[in-house]
Order: sequence, then structure tokens, then C-alpha cells
Amino acid sequence: MAARLAARRLLGLAAASGSASEVAARRLAPSPIAAAGYAAASRAPVSRPFSTALNYHIDSPENKPDMKWEFSEANMKKVKEILSHYPSNYKQSGIIPLLDLAQQQHGGWVPVAAMDAIAKIVEVAPIRVYEVATFYTMFNRAKVGKYHLLVCGTTPCMIRGSREIEETLLEHLGVKRNEVTSDGLFSVGEMECMNWSDCVVISDVKINFIHISGLHWQGCCVNAPMIAVADYSKGSEGYSYNYYEDLTPKRVVEIVEMLRRGETPPRGTQHPERKNCGPAGGNTTLHGEPKPPPCRDLDAC
Amino acid sequence: MAFVARALRRSKPLISSRCPVTVASCRWISPTAAAGSPEAGAAVAPADPELPRPREPVGGARVELPSNSEDALEVFVDGHAVRIPKGFTVLQACEVAGVDIPRFCYHSRLSIAGNCRMCLVEVEKSPKPVASCAMPALPGMKIKTNTPVAKKAREGVMEFLLMNHPLDCPICDQGGECDLQDQSMAFGADRGRFTEMKRSVVDKNLGPLVKTVMTRCIQCTRCVRFATEVAGVQDLGILGRGSGEEIGTYVERLMTSELSGNVIDICPVGALTSKPFAFKARNWELKNTETIDVTDAVGSNIRVDSRGPEVMRIVPRINEDINEEWISDKTRFCYDGLKRQRLNDPMIRGPDGRFKAVTWRDALAVVAEVLQQVKPQEITGVAGKLSDAESMMALKDFVNRMGSDKVLCEGNGPSPPADLRSNYLMNTSVAGLEKADVFLLVGTQPRVEAAMVNARIRKTVRATQAKVGYIGAPADFNYDHEHLGTGPQTLVEIAEGQHPFCSVLQSAKNPVIIAGAGLFEREDQDAIFSTIQTLAKKYNVTRPDWNGLNVLLLHAAQAAALDLGLVANPAESIKSAKFLYLMGADDINLDKLPEDAFVVYQGHHGDKAVYRANVILPSSAFSEKEGTYENTEGCTQWTIPAVPTVGDARDDWKIIRALSEVAGAQLPYDSLQAVRDRISTVAPNLIHVDEREPSTISAEVKPPVKQQVSSTPFKTIVENFYMTDAITRASKIMAQCSASLLKK
Ligand code: SF4
Ligand code: FES
Ligand code: FES
Repeated sequence: MAARLAARRLLGLAAASGSASEVAARRLAPSPIAAAGYAAASRAPVSRPFSTALNYHIDSPENKPDMKWEFSEANMKKVKEILSHYPSNYKQSGIIPLLDLAQQQHGGWVPVAAMDAIAKIVEVAPIRVYEVATFYTMFNRAKVGKYHLLVCGTTPCMIRGSREIEETLLEHLGVKRNEVTSDGLFSVGEMECMNWSDCVVISDVKINFIHISGLHWQGCCVNAPMIAVADYSKGSEGYSYNYYEDLTPKRVVEIVEMLRRGETPPRGTQHPERKNCGPAGGNTTLHGEPKPPPCRDLDAC
Repeated sequence: MAFVARALRRSKPLISSRCPVTVASCRWISPTAAAGSPEAGAAVAPADPELPRPREPVGGARVELPSNSEDALEVFVDGHAVRIPKGFTVLQACEVAGVDIPRFCYHSRLSIAGNCRMCLVEVEKSPKPVASCAMPALPGMKIKTNTPVAKKAREGVMEFLLMNHPLDCPICDQGGECDLQDQSMAFGADRGRFTEMKRSVVDKNLGPLVKTVMTRCIQCTRCVRFATEVAGVQDLGILGRGSGEEIGTYVERLMTSELSGNVIDICPVGALTSKPFAFKARNWELKNTETIDVTDAVGSNIRVDSRGPEVMRIVPRINEDINEEWISDKTRFCYDGLKRQRLNDPMIRGPDGRFKAVTWRDALAVVAEVLQQVKPQEITGVAGKLSDAESMMALKDFVNRMGSDKVLCEGNGPSPPADLRSNYLMNTSVAGLEKADVFLLVGTQPRVEAAMVNARIRKTVRATQAKVGYIGAPADFNYDHEHLGTGPQTLVEIAEGQHPFCSVLQSAKNPVIIAGAGLFEREDQDAIFSTIQTLAKKYNVTRPDWNGLNVLLLHAAQAAALDLGLVANPAESIKSAKFLYLMGADDINLDKLPEDAFVVYQGHHGDKAVYRANVILPSSAFSEKEGTYENTEGCTQWTIPAVPTVGDARDDWKIIRALSEVAGAQLPYDSLQAVRDRISTVAPNLIHVDEREPSTISAEVKPPVKQQVSSTPFKTIVENFYMTDAITRASKIMAQCSASLLKK
């Protein structure tokens, strides 16, 4: 009570002397942390501090549970093929590949009606499919653009500037996160580490480790920051999913423009001097045969 | 929570001695930490001798060790050796040893999820603390529940849980009975280190019964498992991932289960609370009365929580034989019906057709006067579906003394099979249903007629893949079943061995047949029951070691009424009645009642029958009186008064006793005990409380039946699960449920 009184007194004072108001307001902020929080919130263009979209469904004209949705004839064959991988009493194991198929067929996103259809195919309650679809961020549950741009938000990429990449993208396209541009071409989302979620081990020092251990996987964190572009413009046949790495804000805008023009930008690293995920400017180590561990005489075995 | 109490007890000397000095050093609660200070040492020493004391299992639970010693193993909990059956988890082993492990996600009646990590204990030779609820106990395991490692692990988990949990205990309805609150008293730090924004989650609309404050959820998934496993409605799920994870239905959907209220009890925090009870009372200001439920024939064990004269809420009590620890939504939420439309004064309908409140003396005098004028055979007494055995005994004795034998209980049909108890009871017993492997449901829809029996059947079907065949009107089931047909014809086919389901029955080890009490109302009920009898003989349903022949009753009063012999034919009795005494009977058909009949309505609610009544005598409801009820399996139980009666109302049997005196046919009992003594001469089983008295005589002695089954299909007996009697019909919550949850 006393605190509130004091605050009110302060407000009154602030109102009386205009110039002091800013100081007062600053002092009124509940705590430095909260103040910082507000500041951050007002700066960041994102509507939700998590990578995924909302975890519940909101009816929209193009996404309603009572709409009819079916796999196309060609895809129905694929469905049969996918289900043949699993024992008939574990059909639900097929939920993930089926969701993926549905997503390709439906232009990059899975409507609820599709999830319901899948639930029927694998004979589980619809909620079991919703659970899977909301768990995996690669399933889009709301309309996305023909090119869905996913910015990696995990630590290595973040350290190397993924926030600026995202900001640039959003600003350039004039959308918010998970929104589609008015021409339906682009949407921007966030994704977690696109390596093998091994990003924990990644830092500059680890580059060589990855190289040595053959963890070329998909480039990724080594070439942070990166985005993934899911291309749904050519349907489920011409579907592609490419990574663009070593990005700068300038380069990412160029890539977007190339996509807009229908060109295919070179995938992988955008660093002029890097090849795949090797060190920029050629190998700095491992020029010869690697030395065997000193503790073991390799010839003896 | 016992372990909290224990932890607090241990920590007490610590707090008193060390806390003022350094706050940080008193975070671990362990007896050794306190040994340093002399006064603390003195407090602890007698209670903590070198040799460990043998302890009792938590909650006095009995552990049945398998007879084969191969199947038992020995583990050590905090140094005590305990023997447990194979397959027990570490947490269960600790419970046997009398150590209550803190937990959030583990629930003994649900599958194990192992996702809260609150149950961490130290196990010797294990590099990390282990989640005891999910870890099977191995022979010779040395489990330590009270070490610094275990304590620190729990404190760590607790800190993580509290990180995103709102600090709204003062406005949370779970406050005071919240697992998180209790356990944070033992394992929580006095301040948090988390300085980010807490997460927030959108509340979900689960219907008129369950209120959600999803920000409080700790993702234990108990509710999801309950809905999937026990309630059988796969609507709830866990959506999203990481810190965005939340419980929900994804698409807007109400929880349409007759057991949905139980998620309120199993939710360890205040995420799911009772909507009707929201902000009404704090649980520590409530008086708890352990009684039983009368809204159906199951007799679920409940606790009525009241404040002053008002019933604030109803929660379940554990009774493994009847309702385990669940109750139906009707049982839980009908209580607001106890406060509405109550009759609180004796009333007489004046010549203008309006009721006028009068004194008891006047009301009884009027009734007695009319009684003198009618012929004895024109007197009819009808007991309602909520009547207790005492009042039915009094009613029967009174009507008999007046010279009439027309006394009946509603719902028992024209000629109920009252001769043998086995003909109207659930002979398998509710818990016994779990041993069955085939169910044949005849004209009964247990989901709406007796939700707790249905929960047992579902449990059995889930656990053992028992087969269910159903004959009756199309109905909603929450387990796999086969709809064999709609009428008695199918029954005959099965009895004659011409139905595909016969092979299922043939191969069954413990078949169960459940006939609905709705069949009592049918003209051809004798034929139907004799067909069922033949069927039972044919498929070995009744054997010396197994009685699978059951009748599922509908109302709380039914079994006792049949025991006491309230079996007159309603149609005839009503037609010829000039004086009708309705004791809470609202659902009896009064169309045939002669115009000039005088109707006395004795009851607690102004319900249907009041429209026809000439005199109203207010009586007390089940929450206000001591009464004996027998449930469908023949178990006798008592209600205990939780709140005072309303207005000038009296117990049913007392009213009849008083009336009998005024009418000049005084009943020979003046106390409850005397009534019960009288009952014991008629139906001694009604005196043995909390005991199930199985029926011993077999059905062989029945005379042959000449009747033919008709082809009329079986009807749906309970149209609206939420409104079946005077109390539930008066309840606003039940009205909301019927409006929003029933499928139209
Ligand atoms: S709502 Fe309650 S029961 Fe359900 S997961 Fe959350 S905390 Fe557990
Ligand atoms: S952190 Fe961005 S790809 Fe791993
Ligand atoms: S109770 Fe063991 S992990 Fe939750």
C-alpha cells in the first residue's frame, strides 16, 4: 500500500513538472529486469518469443476441422507404401511421414482436416496426430508462402547474427514472423538447429572436430548463420528443401530476390572462400595423413 | 502429505537453530545437518536412534507378497530391508518401506509417465539420481531417499518447476490442497533465481465443470493419461514442445466425459479446478463429512465438504470395491441442487389451488383426517428413488397398518423379481467385474446408468481385451463393443445358439451378463429374465466359483426396496388409489390416478409430483440425514448428515412415525436404532453396514415361465445422464451440462 501511495505521489509530481516525467517513469518501472523485458519486447518484431506458432487451432476460412481433405490418388499410393513399413498394429508410427506427405501435397502446410484424415488412416484419435504435428516445428499448421524461409535461432547461429538475418528478412518482406506476404510467395519462420541438434558441441574450436569426425551432415552450425528454404512452388513432386549458410543481411535479401525471380540461388555456403563446411580459405590442418594415436601401434593389429 | 510433514518435522530444529544465522546453509533438510547445535541435537536424538526403526507402509497399505518366494525380492530403503513382489518400482518399494516419495506425475491408477522428475532418489552404485516411479526395483538395490544428493536433486527439480509457475497461490482454488505448494514447503527455495519473463499459456474451455488456468500447469500429463485411460475420451493431449508445451485439445472441444470432474482431483496443481466451486471457499474452512452418493445405484463413496448450512462441494473417497477413487460428474456436481427448489414448510393446497404454509400439527391433522375417510384398499404408498431403507420400512409398516398392501418403490416395475436377492443384485460385485473376460449387456447402457460400473468395465476391457456384446438401443460406449441387436429377439437367438456371439461366450472363462433394471418395466420381463437364465446355464455363467449373472439397478433406493418387499404393482395401485402417499416419488406415472384422489407429497424438492399434491410434507435430503442405502451389488452403506436440514423439514421416517400416531396407527419405533431393529427382522443384510452380502440361493428354484418375449426393442432408460432425480433436476450445474455436453 505504501509503495502504491508513493508511486502515485511520484506520478503526480511527474505530471506537475513535465521534464521530470521521464525520470519518474523510469523509476516507476517495476524492476530493471522488467524494464529491460519491455524494451526488448518493443524492439523485437516477433509476436511470440518461441519458435513455433500457436499450439491451438483457430478456425479460418482455409483451415477448418469440418473441411474435406483427402490424399491425392498418387499420394494415396505413397501412403500405402509408407504404412507397409510398419506392423499393422503400429500404424501410428506412420504419423510423421504421413504428415510430411500431407504438407507437401497441401502447399507447405497441414490443415486440421488433413490431420484428421491422417488420424483416420492410422486409426488413432485426432489429438494424437495434433500432438505430433505441434511437437515438430517443421510441420506448418498455418498457411505458409510458396517459399517458406526458416531462420535458425539456436545458439551458434544466434551468436553469429541470426537475429539480424531474421530482422532483415522480416523488414524486407514487410511481414511478421509466421505471416505470409500478400503475394503469397514468402513466409518467415524460426527453426531450431538444423544440424543434428549437436549444436551444443559447436563453436569455432569444434570446426576441425566436425571435419575430422566426418560430421559433414548438412553444413549448418559450422557455417552459421543459416536459413532453410522450403520450396513448395512446384508441388509435392518438385519439392525441395535447401540450406543457405554463411549469410549476411545483404546476401539474404539477394537470395530472396533471386527466388522471387524464379532463379535457384546456389545452395550451401554463401561464403566465397569456403567449400562445403571446410574452413574458409582451404584446410588449415590435416594436410597429411592423420597421426595415429600414440598409445596404439596400428601396424600390430 | 506425510512426507512433507516428516520433512518439516525434521527441519524444525534446523530452522529454529540455524536459520537466523545463515539462510543459505539451511536448505538441506536432513537430521545430520542439525546435529551440530545442542538444542537441535536434543530434539532429534530420541527420535533418531542408530538402529533404524521398522516402519509401516504409507497409508497403512497392505502388500500382498506372492506365495512363490521366487517372485519376491528384497531391497533396502534407507537401510531397512523390505520384501516386495517382483515388478514393483523403486517408488512402490519405498512406499512399502513407509517412505512417501514426493511426486507429481506418478499416479497409482494411471500409466507411468516419468516426466516430472520430482521422485528422484539416490540408488547406490548409480551415477545419477534415478526417477523412482519409472525404475523397476532390482534385488538388493540400496535406495536412499534422505541423502543430500536426493534432496538436492529434488530441490533442483522444484526450482525448475517453480520457474514458470505463477505466484498466484492467494487467488488459486487449489491453495491449501496443492501438491506443488506442499512440496515446495519441503523442497522449495525461499527465493527464485529466475529473472526472465515467465511463460503464459492460453486457458482452454473444457466445458461447464472444469476450469482451466493453464499457466499453472506443470506438464505432469496426469489429466491426459486420465482422459485416455480411465475416462476413455481421447480429447486431451500435450501440444507443442519445450517451454511452449501445453495441455489442450488443439481444436475447440469440450470434455464430454461423465468422469471429467476427476481431473480436478488428479491435477497436482491449480491448473484444472472446479468451475462451480471457483472462488467459493477455501478448503481449510470446510467441514468434511464422509458419506455416500445416492444419485445412482452404485453408492459411490464421497466426502461432502460443507461450510455452515451449505454444501460447498463433493469429492470422492477411496473405496476399492466400488468407485476406486473416481466419481461421476453427476455425483460431484449435483450439490447445488441441494440448495434450490427446496421444500421447507408443511403446506396445504387451498381451494384456490395455491399452497399455504401451515404448521406440522395442522398438516398432519389434515392428512390423518383424509386417511380416516378412505377405504383401506384405496391407500397407496410410493417410495421415491432416493429413499433410504429406514423411511421405506416406516412407509411399508404404516401403509400395512392402515390395512393396505399397496406400497411400492418407483422404478421396480409391475412385478419385480423380489423373491431371490440374486435376481436383482449385481452378483459378480463391481470389483469382481475385473475378472471377467466377456460381457453381455442386455438392455443396459452402463455409461449413463452407472458411470462407475462402466469405468470398471472399461478398465477390464483395456487391461485384458475382454469382449463386450451389447443388446439394446444404439448407445455411446467408450470401449470396443459389438452391437448385437436391439431387442429380445437377439437374446433368444443367443440362448438358442444361433448367433455369432455364441462362440465368444462359449470360449469365455468368466462370462458376465448384465441386465438393466429398465427391463423391470417391460411387460415380458419374466420371459426375458428366464431367457437370460437359460443363457446363463448354457454358457456356464453361474458356477460355484463364479457368478456372472447381474442386474444393474438404476436408483439408490431400489435394492433396499426389493429387500424390504415394496413390490406392489404401480399401475393397479395408482388406478385404484384414493389416498396416495408419495415419499419423494416424482417419476411415477400419475396419469391413471383418479381425479378425486388425495395426494400427499413428502420430499425435499419441489419437483414433478408437487404439481399434483394436496399436502406437502418437507423432508431432509441425503446430505442432511442418517440413512441406510443398499447399492446395486448388495453392499449396505450409511449416509452421514453433513449439513442441517432446511427450514422445518424432518427425516422421512420421523414424519411417517408422527403421522401414524395422529392417524391412530402408531408405529412401534421412536429412534433410528429402533427402526433399524425392525429392519433387521425383515432384511438383516441391511444392518451389516459396509458389507456386501452376496446372495447364496441359486436361481434354480424358479417356477417355469409361460410368457413369450415380445419383439419390442429395448428402450434407452436414462435419456439425460445429468438429470435423473429431484436433486439433479434442481441443479443449475447439471442443467448447464445437459445443455452443453449432451449430443443432440
Ligand atoms: S493440467 Fe494439471 S494434471 Fe494436466 S498436465 Fe497440467 S498439471 Fe498435470
Ligand atoms: S545452430 Fe543454427 S544450424 Fe545449428
Ligand atoms: S513422479 Fe517420477 S518422474 Fe514424476
